[in-house]
Amino acid sequence: MSAQKNRVATGGRIDRSKPIRFTFDGKTYYGYEGDSLASALLANGVTLVGRSFKYHRPRGIISAGPEEPNALIEVGTGARREPNTRAPQIELYDGLVTASQNRWPSLDFDLGAVNSVMSRFLPSGFYYKTFKWPKDGWLFYEKFIRRMAGLGTGSQETDPDRYDKLYAHCDVMVVGAGPAGLAAALAAGRAGARVVLVDEQSELGGSLLSERERTIDGKPAAEWVATASAELASMPEVRVLTRTTAFAYLDANMLSCVERLTDHIGPSATGPRQRLWRIRAKEVILAAGSIERPLVYSDNDRPGCMLASAARTYVNRYGATPGQRVVIMTNNDTAYQTALDLTAAGVSVAAIVDLRANPTGALAQAARAKGIEIIENSAIIHVKGTKQVREVDVQSLTSDGKGVTGSVRHLYCDTVLSSGGWQPTVHLHSQTRAKVVWDDGIQAFVPGPIMPGQNNRSVGSARGAFGLNEALNEGHNAGAEAAAKFGFSNVTGNAPSAEAEPESQPLRSLWIVPSNVPVGQGGKHFVDYQNDVTAADVQLAHREGYVSVEHLKRYTTMGMATDQGKTSNVNALAIMAGLKNVSIPEVGTTTFRPPYTPVTFGVFAGSDKGDFLDPIRKTPIHQWHAEHGAPFECVGQWHRAWYYPKAGEDMHAAVNREVKATRDSVGIVDASTLGKIDIQGPDAAWFLNMVYTNAWTKLEPGKCRYGFMCGEDGMVFDDGVTSRISENHFHMTTTTGGAPRVMSWLEEWHQCEWPDKKVYFTSVTEQWAVFALNGPNSRKVLEKVVADIDLSEEAFPFMTWRDCTVAGVKARIYRISFTGELSYEVNIPPSYALHVWRALMTAGEEFSITPYGTEALHVLRAEKGFVIVGQETDGTMTPQDLGFEWIIGKAKPDFIGRRSHLRSDTKRPDRKHLVGLLTENPNDVLAEGAQVVEHVKDKPPMTMIGHVTSSYYSPNAGRSIAMAVIKNGRNRMGQTVYLPYEGKVIAAKISKPTFLEDGAPANG
Amino acid sequence: MAEAYTRRSALQHFGLTAAAAKSDVAGAEIVIGESAHRAIVNIRGNSSDAAFIAAVKSVTGVDLPVKPNTTAQSGAFRVLWLGPAEWWVVTTGGTEEKLVADLRQAFAGQHAAVVDVSESRTVITISGASARDVLARGCSLDLHPRAFGPGQCAQTGLTKANILLDQTDATPSFDIYVLKSFGDYLWQWFWLIGRDYKFAIKAQ
Amino acid sequence: MLLISCPHCGPRDEHEFAYGHEAHIARPTLDQQNTMSDAEWADYLFMRKNPKGVHFERWVHARGCRQWFNVARHTVTHEIIKVYPMGEPAPKLEQK
Ligand SMILES: [Zn+2]
Repeated sequence: MSAQKNRVATGGRIDRSKPIRFTFDGKTYYGYEGDSLASALLANGVTLVGRSFKYHRPRGIISAGPEEPNALIEVGTGARREPNTRAPQIELYDGLVTASQNRWPSLDFDLGAVNSVMSRFLPSGFYYKTFKWPKDGWLFYEKFIRRMAGLGTGSQETDPDRYDKLYAHCDVMVVGAGPAGLAAALAAGRAGARVVLVDEQSELGGSLLSERERTIDGKPAAEWVATASAELASMPEVRVLTRTTAFAYLDANMLSCVERLTDHIGPSATGPRQRLWRIRAKEVILAAGSIERPLVYSDNDRPGCMLASAARTYVNRYGATPGQRVVIMTNNDTAYQTALDLTAAGVSVAAIVDLRANPTGALAQAARAKGIEIIENSAIIHVKGTKQVREVDVQSLTSDGKGVTGSVRHLYCDTVLSSGGWQPTVHLHSQTRAKVVWDDGIQAFVPGPIMPGQNNRSVGSARGAFGLNEALNEGHNAGAEAAAKFGFSNVTGNAPSAEAEPESQPLRSLWIVPSNVPVGQGGKHFVDYQNDVTAADVQLAHREGYVSVEHLKRYTTMGMATDQGKTSNVNALAIMAGLKNVSIPEVGTTTFRPPYTPVTFGVFAGSDKGDFLDPIRKTPIHQWHAEHGAPFECVGQWHRAWYYPKAGEDMHAAVNREVKATRDSVGIVDASTLGKIDIQGPDAAWFLNMVYTNAWTKLEPGKCRYGFMCGEDGMVFDDGVTSRISENHFHMTTTTGGAPRVMSWLEEWHQCEWPDKKVYFTSVTEQWAVFALNGPNSRKVLEKVVADIDLSEEAFPFMTWRDCTVAGVKARIYRISFTGELSYEVNIPPSYALHVWRALMTAGEEFSITPYGTEALHVLRAEKGFVIVGQETDGTMTPQDLGFEWIIGKAKPDFIGRRSHLRSDTKRPDRKHLVGLLTENPNDVLAEGAQVVEHVKDKPPMTMIGHVTSSYYSPNAGRSIAMAVIKNGRNRMGQTVYLPYEGKVIAAKISKPTFLEDGAPANG
Repeated sequence: MAEAYTRRSALQHFGLTAAAAKSDVAGAEIVIGESAHRAIVNIRGNSSDAAFIAAVKSVTGVDLPVKPNTTAQSGAFRVLWLGPAEWWVVTTGGTEEKLVADLRQAFAGQHAAVVDVSESRTVITISGASARDVLARGCSLDLHPRAFGPGQCAQTGLTKANILLDQTDATPSFDIYVLKSFGDYLWQWFWLIGRDYKFAIKAQ
Repeated sequence: MLLISCPHCGPRDEHEFAYGHEAHIARPTLDQQNTMSDAEWADYLFMRKNPKGVHFERWVHARGCRQWFNVARHTVTHEIIKVYPMGEPAPKLEQK
């Protein structure tokens, strides 16, 4: 095992008895259980971990949390390779394979780094400006630019992992398990409320995990966290989710969270990899903490530059030091604690450079007492070293803080820590579209008033209350108050308490730390590390007239990368404000949108993939179709048998056989998917008069009638046959796809427009399985299995229905036809469907009964000119356009769509009409959707007069047949038109839309 | 209907009887099964009309549950609230024809409707300590005992199917009424979700 | 995801509901239909409000009790200010 040169001998939350092997860029390292990838790399002295997005500058680890802009890592191999994961958030496991990204051929020697040399020529907006010409140039340049400027690459293979989703509900949801969140969850939990506590880290504690000497209720912080965790775990109504990020705050207190179940175990794990929680809370307590801002100083991106608080976390929590000799630059007191903790761990702190004059806070005094040099009213003006910090130059600030003066001091160091103050993590608050407001005291945005309907409150440092006692108090009170709101007012115990905060001094905002050369001319002052946006870029945007922060974002791409500007937004806004000489809130704020940190697509899909992407609805005899070799056609969610190929048959041959057999003898089709609605009540007939275009009052019980439904715009909406069961009782059928739509249509009109009408609608689509026998021999087949009624033409005529028994099963048969042949639609209970189907097949054997699928069904109806709503119609066709003038009830005063049929536009004589098309070559089958033109040109555009709606080969007509909608088509009979399609032009003659002799639609 | 004929349940092709025989119901976190061929009759009427309530009671013995999303039971009859003017009467399979006739007779002269929907649905039963957990994978309702319990029912979604959920006891056990065409999908979904639990199949 | 309070079933997730359209658009009576111009009819058919603020709209509890009802919803904040039955006039609300 190689020595971990930056590992502290004792302390931290790692287990030194459990070494863990991992690789980074092919090289093997060891860390310990409890390490993050970032802490393990630091412990091993690896500080160069990536190359920057645009300039390919060498980069190191900046932070110890989700805000990490630099250390973006590819994790895993093969199908599991995942790019852009943040090194501080990757937990080590044995065999973990990681790699740096955005470098070629290697991290150490990267060809793209030439961009860095050329950076003067790559300012903001460079791509927009340069690659704008010629017009199509971007298409050419893009593939080169994408390769040079970009982040990691994901796997192209199918994700082998599975993901889980679930819903949860609670009274109080607490986001963040630091001191405020723990206190809140304890208070609400003790009161008996249903609580969910989520935290993105592997264990509870938040910032307390990085504390060295603080105590709560007299116990060391870590011990208090352990006690609190145990208490929460013992409460049955409290659910604690670690490794869980609340990444989206949606409407009405719904939070989407992703729980990482196995990412810390690796590919050997079983069970779902991640889980999407959709948690609906009555009240949300946002205790998400705060994020330290880096200072914007010259070459602040060199590996070894880090946030002061991150160094503290690494040394206290992980026993890993960022380097051996550290210089700290700060504008506030918190970085002094880092200096004290590093010193305690044996790290040499060369100096603390304080932007403020005369630092006398308690921590500053303590640092002085430890012999740490404090260089006050000064700034780091240069960072030397390319792949690792080597030295810094320090100079005194001028009185206005905009320049430097005096002699330059050189300090040797391998690490530069900076603290520019703290920004509360207001992301979830902001995601609700609530405003954030500027707090001058802490120089940060804090949550403004909450949005109506979004019951939440921010507590502790998430609202800018940075003291430990404040956090504990606010958390406790928020938890207790929230629980009480929902009836759980019996809170036991007081707020936990810590020793008083060390007395501190206000921070000094210097949004750009000056150097001895103007910004943009010497080193680079990075604002947004991940998108390589510098202070000079912000200045350029300002000079070019970008006034709004949203423009600034889009022009410079500031804040737009995977970190969403967690460390950069405020600095950029403040610099912009300085340039415009206005206050920061006047420049604006950026709105935070979900997700807080990137989320894998897999977790959104969950198990809704493959056969579960969309439900597959099956008819009662689905198994029979499958066993007989039928492929299935999707009709909405239904799977319907498409055709039944016999050995050696292709689809064309099978369909031709099915179509011919049906016309010649008898065919049978499973039409169970047809929509069916039971309509009862004294106003049922009145209602049908309103929703159908034709008249229903006089239909006698026992009879059936075909009808069109239109929308109020007059366009065909659905069609079907409705039968009168008794005076006040009807049975309506709809198209398969239209069934739910028609059902809600009827309900909507009834409930919203005519609530006084006495009628009830009930969907009975699945109460009946439907098998349609079609063909000249269908009666003969049926006679063999029906004993109790007379099936003769006289006794059971067309467009009537009868109750009877089929093969011993109670049935209702409708004599309606969608083929133009003698036809019986046999309706039976689905649990007997297979029995009846088999009985009909057996009875039909002597007539060579042929099961046919949806394709033959389409051909059979087209041969006779029956339309299919949704195929011949597209929401712009009236019944009149389809040639169904006769179905409009002229005597009816009112029906839905009537007034629209009187509009000048729907009365136009040259509307598109439904016609037939007969190709000149009878073997040419037109493409459905093909456009019809009168005059063919060499290439589009041509004047289109219509399009093909249905097209088949008809074995009974012995030729191809097609239906089309063509402008003024009914007055163009016999005219030859042309269909240019895929490089070929087919000529066709306009005909009536019926293709067999004796083919008048049988519409009763 | 003649019993000599083969009557099939919506999920019969999954071989549930054989699977149930091999299942360890006692050690299971969830137990699922199909309860097929129930009599389900949809009734419509005016719940503020005493005559309607009396008619329902005369046939079923049940006091019509007028509170939304509740159920009421009397003997073999269970009445489930579906809407402000819509209920299901659920009872032993095979009696639906008589039930329809009895209800129609009892409703004579009222504006009410009776529709047999027995054949359109099957019932998937789920029971056991983890039943709520499994349902939470696809159902957005709060089924915590403080929010939902025996005597309550709800029409809602379970994954991408529409269901009627009826809690039958505090184990908890639930009856899930689903259109038969979605039966396959929903059963396989339970199979998919169930693999993370110790689950058993119960014979009907 | 919105949380919509069905007047019958109480609060349920948005996915159980279907949006209809703007509320309170009365269908012209037969007399009105027969005397109104095509333009007026087109207005009834097609023209809908799209306010930045409170919008009165109708929804149906499609996966639940299948009942239609009216909703006053703020189109910016998504706040559901009021749910009220079909047939009831639009409430007078203070603009927020
Ligand atoms: Zn409802």
